[in-house]
Amino acid sequence: MDVSQLQRSWVEFLTALFNEGFLDSQFNQLLQLQDESNPNFVAEVVTDFFHDSERLLNELTGVLDQQIVDFKKVDSHVHQLKGSSASIGVERVKNMCIAFKAFCEESNREGCLRCLHQVKQEYFLVKDKLQTLFMLEQQIVAAGGSPPLM
Amino acid sequence: MAVAADSQFHVLAVDDSIIDRKLIERLLKTSSFQVTTVDSGIKALEFLVSPDQQEIEVNLIITDYWMPGMTGYDLLKKIKESSYLKDIPVVIMSSENVPARINRCLEEGAEEFFLKPVQLADMNRLRPHLMKTKSKEEKSSEEEDDANSSATSKRKAMDVEEIILPEKTRQRFLPKLQ
Repeated sequence: MDVSQLQRSWVEFLTALFNEGFLDSQFNQLLQLQDESNPNFVAEVVTDFFHDSERLLNELTGVLDQQIVDFKKVDSHVHQLKGSSASIGVERVKNMCIAFKAFCEESNREGCLRCLHQVKQEYFLVKDKLQTLFMLEQQIVAAGGSPPLM
Repeated sequence: MAVAADSQFHVLAVDDSIIDRKLIERLLKTSSFQVTTVDSGIKALEFLVSPDQQEIEVNLIITDYWMPGMTGYDLLKKIKESSYLKDIPVVIMSSENVPARINRCLEEGAEEFFLKPVQLADMNRLRPHLMKTKSKEEKSSEEEDDANSSATSKRKAMDVEEIILPEKTRQRFLPKLQ
């Protein structure tokens, strides 16, 4: 595949992510902050997001697994996850966190467990999408080009 | 040390989230600010009073509101209570739009309140607050140059520590100064 074909694939893939609601305008902000002097900014910050989110999801699983649930802890973790997903622009994950927070405030364990399940699903789905996007980017760079400016 | 009117401003950014720290750092650097990031209010205060970093003049502090331990509001209060630090403009960031919280911060002396996620466009709102401080500091630094010595500034740093840092942190600190 030549560079322009790869670049087209990248644009199409990214556009679909926006259209399908995986990403919102905040992700565009991240792309704008990437330039020749910081060519890996988006990949770096998203990788940090992956590590941080998985840590939080593990913590949440642990806390909700207890006999007596500490909803303050749950709230704190969900708040962090909500914040970081908003900062990255992963819209579906962020929206799930908002629902999660509501159940937390009601100390509703069942509701929280359902939300945790759904947040995990949304998270791993968007993680997969973003990893595909980065892979396309690497292919473009390997072919001697650079990702188009959005 | 002569400082040109357009020389770079130094911003201290405080946020416990690594993602948000990276983001605010990039936003600030893209807007031509020099940046130091820390992950807590205590570390922010330590940086501000540390004798090792007296060469860096912090022109603005931007801090997250909701942090474990010392919140952004607590940090704001400490800064405004310190005669040494109170003139540094402070901006608060929060992911939640709570009017009572915003008012509380503004009343305590915060210059601005940014809703997260912070955008590139928000960086323009920082400059007016920085210009005010720069001219003030240029005036007072002229007065200080006449009377200053390194002993005086070291003592000043220690006085600040007594005001700002809680007992246990201070004990961790003092040996470093000797």
